[in-house]
Amino acid sequence: MANMRDIRRRIKSVASTQKITKAMKMVSAAKLRKTQSTLVAIRPYSDKIQEVMDHLLAGGEKYDTPFLQPRDEVKNILYIVIAGDRGLCGGYNINLLRFAEEQLKAVPEGKKGEMLLIGNKTYEHFRTRPQFNVMDVFTNIGDAPNVSQGKALSDYVIKKYLDGEVDEVHVVYSRFVSVLTQVPDCQQVLPIQRIEKAEAEADGNGMQAETDYIFEPGGKEILDVILPKYVDSSIYRLLLEAKAGEHGARMTAMDSATDNASELIDKLTLSLNRARQAQITTEITEIVGGAAALE
Amino acid sequence: MAEDVIRLDIVTPAGLLMSENVAKVNLPASKGSMGVLKNHAPLMTTLDIGIVKYNQANTDRYLTVSGGFAEVKDNTVIVLAEAAERAEEINVARAQAAKARAEERMHDPSSRKDLDLLRCELSLHRAINRIKASKLK
Repeated sequence: MANMRDIRRRIKSVASTQKITKAMKMVSAAKLRKTQSTLVAIRPYSDKIQEVMDHLLAGGEKYDTPFLQPRDEVKNILYIVIAGDRGLCGGYNINLLRFAEEQLKAVPEGKKGEMLLIGNKTYEHFRTRPQFNVMDVFTNIGDAPNVSQGKALSDYVIKKYLDGEVDEVHVVYSRFVSVLTQVPDCQQVLPIQRIEKAEAEADGNGMQAETDYIFEPGGKEILDVILPKYVDSSIYRLLLEAKAGEHGARMTAMDSATDNASELIDKLTLSLNRARQAQITTEITEIVGGAAALE
Repeated sequence: MAEDVIRLDIVTPAGLLMSENVAKVNLPASKGSMGVLKNHAPLMTTLDIGIVKYNQANTDRYLTVSGGFAEVKDNTVIVLAEAAERAEEINVARAQAAKARAEERMHDPSSRKDLDLLRCELSLHRAINRIKASKLK
């Protein structure tokens, strides 16, 4: 039978751990809400950009811009891998990193896959795996990435792309399905892949009367402004989504840690009571035995 | 007296800054300042860093935009900008500081480090624009 003092000590330590996990869960829940509201706030902006882009491109005119034109020969593919800065969030980081590794291994012979790492965890992981090419590392994104961080990242990527250092850019991130589920996913951001009009035609029967716009200074110039913004907003959105997933994952992990702690405390309390009972019984037996010896 | 019949939406990545009915809008289009009144023809234009002026309830109001794009259609003006601020809300001290910083960077290449001249110029431009707008309110 375990020592009562040891059990008490154990209960105390589990209870204080539980306090921490509970607090972390609450903090993550608050951060998740904040990230989600940022995600909602950016939607009108990105929707509008999408709309304008569709409108310009639907005009039938051919615009020759590197943002839309796939390269004839794709040699270097850049993967932006977004994971968390910290651990304690269940399988969130490791699932994503494993997925990223698979993506890189799937790069066909003769092409080169490189990575741009976001978050301390990605760096820690790939630092010890020299078989994967790392182009650059962005760490300390924080818990709530802001617009300028997203912009800095997309500026960097767009520059690499336009300079011809990379021919395709994909983002490997965790898609936020729900607070409980995040699925690693890979999305191409450059060259921009247009969602075919079929979808729009399906629900609107393509009957949306095309407005005859005046373009100032010209369609091409507007596209030149809109397309980088489109890339900015998609990268920022993915960054936010990954962050929301991280907070969600941490919240879930901490929630189950709190539950486990309660369970452990219950078990320990039970054995503590048993130990106490056993001790009392022994004492009584001793007293009774002692009294009997005196008679 | 003009009626407030044009809907002006200012959209930024941080959210919808405003969505209100106004009588007329002045946009800092890249080909020069442009006024939009009731029943304007559909138009799309890029914007410079500048000041959007609008008239609401017979008072002129101002806000800054840091470049972007505008669409005019069916008496609705939608401005997409990376950042926008109402003139009343501009933090003048911050804008002054940004201006001083940008100027310093432009004159002293060593403090510029990896920042290119273009970016310095742009941030100077934005700071000056904000200071200008804050005086208009």
